[in-house]
Amino acid sequence: MTAQLDAPERDPGLPDPSAPLIASGNLRRRDAVSRAVTASATVAAFLAVAVLAILVFTVISKAWSVLSLSFIFTNPSGLDSGGIANALLGTIEIVAIAAVIALPVGILTGLYLTEFAGANSRSARFLKLVLDLLQGLPTIIVGVVVYGLIVAVTHRQSGFAASVGLSIVMLPLIARSSQEVLLLVPGTLREAADSLGVSRWRTVLGVILPTAAGGIATGAILSIARAAGETAPLLVLDSIYDPNATQLNPFGHGVPNVPILILTTSDLPSPSALTRAWGAAFVLLAAILIANVAARIMLARSRRKMMG
Amino acid sequence: MSALRLRLRPRAAIGAEAARAGRTGDRILFALCAGAGLLAVFVLGEVVYQVISGARPAISKFGLGFLVHSRWAPNFSAFGAAQALVGTVITSIIALSIATPLGIAIAVYLAMMAPPAVRTVVGPLVEMLAAIPSVIVGFWGLIVFSPFVANHIEPALHNVLGFMPLFGAAQTTGFSLLTAGLVLTIMVLPIIAALSRDLFLTVPVELTEGAAALGATRWEIIRGVVLPTTASGVAAATVLGLGRALGEAIAVLQVVGDGTGIHSSLFQPGETLAARIANEFTSPESKLHIPSLFYLALILLVIGLVTSVLARMIATRFDVHRSLA
Repeated sequence: MTAQLDAPERDPGLPDPSAPLIASGNLRRRDAVSRAVTASATVAAFLAVAVLAILVFTVISKAWSVLSLSFIFTNPSGLDSGGIANALLGTIEIVAIAAVIALPVGILTGLYLTEFAGANSRSARFLKLVLDLLQGLPTIIVGVVVYGLIVAVTHRQSGFAASVGLSIVMLPLIARSSQEVLLLVPGTLREAADSLGVSRWRTVLGVILPTAAGGIATGAILSIARAAGETAPLLVLDSIYDPNATQLNPFGHGVPNVPILILTTSDLPSPSALTRAWGAAFVLLAAILIANVAARIMLARSRRKMMG
Repeated sequence: MSALRLRLRPRAAIGAEAARAGRTGDRILFALCAGAGLLAVFVLGEVVYQVISGARPAISKFGLGFLVHSRWAPNFSAFGAAQALVGTVITSIIALSIATPLGIAIAVYLAMMAPPAVRTVVGPLVEMLAAIPSVIVGFWGLIVFSPFVANHIEPALHNVLGFMPLFGAAQTTGFSLLTAGLVLTIMVLPIIAALSRDLFLTVPVELTEGAAALGATRWEIIRGVVLPTTASGVAAATVLGLGRALGEAIAVLQVVGDGTGIHSSLFQPGETLAARIANEFTSPESKLHIPSLFYLALILLVIGLVTSVLARMIATRFDVHRSLA
């Protein structure tokens, strides 16, 4: 940097700095280049929005004819007719169990990073690396690993195996988002509690967690939305089941679920089966997008609250 | 705020008993938190261990030659990773070479050009694209996009660039490495765009306004100030996008066409590591089939871990530079 700053003083070819300021260089060309770049960046941004719009409108228009309350509340009868109630219930159950496993572990990991390990301590840096690596794992690998641990032992796919797989997908997301929110809790709150002689665990439970609750909930919702649409682990852990029956025992045979319903129906030749798959895609997409919007609103609100 | 409701009791009441309760509580909470952290470490260790031990029979049978043999015929017990490896690399290259410039352009628009009202709407919409489940993107790719690729994109590319073997004759189905790469582009784009936008917003105003005061045009500010100060961060964002593209199984499985052999044309169906594992894991055809799929998973795991570490290293270097500046 300094070399570049010094250079002009030594360069005799440069114009006299005391000369009156007159625009030099090809201004028209520079302006044209700048305008072209501005235009193409604008086009790029609206291209991305267009892709989102195309995806959403495709799902809505293809699903339109099948959408009704009975589609959500009745079980399928064969591939071509009926609703998706059993798959919807199954997905809710699988994701709920995954959340019950991943939420406490993830939030406690976040607490460890912010409240117990020093910000730059070796253990904190190592744990953050581990969380980054877990988050970068291809989800199909999570699937085959849980397959080896549970399905290969019990000799059958199950909803529980799927929940364990999804909880591994959720864990790093929850841990990192909790950690980021906990870091935003003002240090003055901790110091105030310390100066009143409140023990650490009461500070955490009574002051820090309640302050960060909104942000932690946001992270939880986002990770649940992510897990609800995750398909690769379910393909190896929970894809063999009776598609027409309601099966909610997580330790029994496979639990019907929406992502696998979409995947297995998506390449069938029957148009009415395809329409049902689009309907399932619509329900899943609507739930996930609504959850994302809700999380965004909650995050804005809790940020405002915490910043005072 | 419930701590504020703790009633202040006379000093005598906060005796040794309360102090002991505090210490025990602290210990329990610490044990829980440290236990959770250890569990996360254990999960990662278990993943690595399971993949290696699952792949062991295939490793001892095929050795490193597995990486270069392209024949994959489960019913003849012939297993080689080369075809899926090449497919993974090609689809990732397609996705990144489109998504990186596009994502940076979107980020530049959102961080520096968009009016505030547009920014608060378009920014979240771009991020929303990342929230769409891969199975739905893949479903759209299967039903809507691959016919479009077959009927419009492939003929157009073949007409203009057909002298290169990469762009051979158009195929009828549209299930190809090209389609898989384009679908991956859609999934990688929001990652690169959102991360780059956040980086561009951290560029100190003094630098950009200083350049503007010196008479630089908007493009000159971007090229001369914004991109150089954030280059390593943008590189890290790209590598994170690469990680996503390498590991995506479902959407690729739906559009890649499950082809055999390595072809020069991008329009031929192919296979990637993740898609092959997802496709074949539940229906093994011979004894070494599952261990071979685990071997593919091991290759994918190594590539994935290296990518994550690389992204982290680039990003940390970036942080160091920023804090020195």
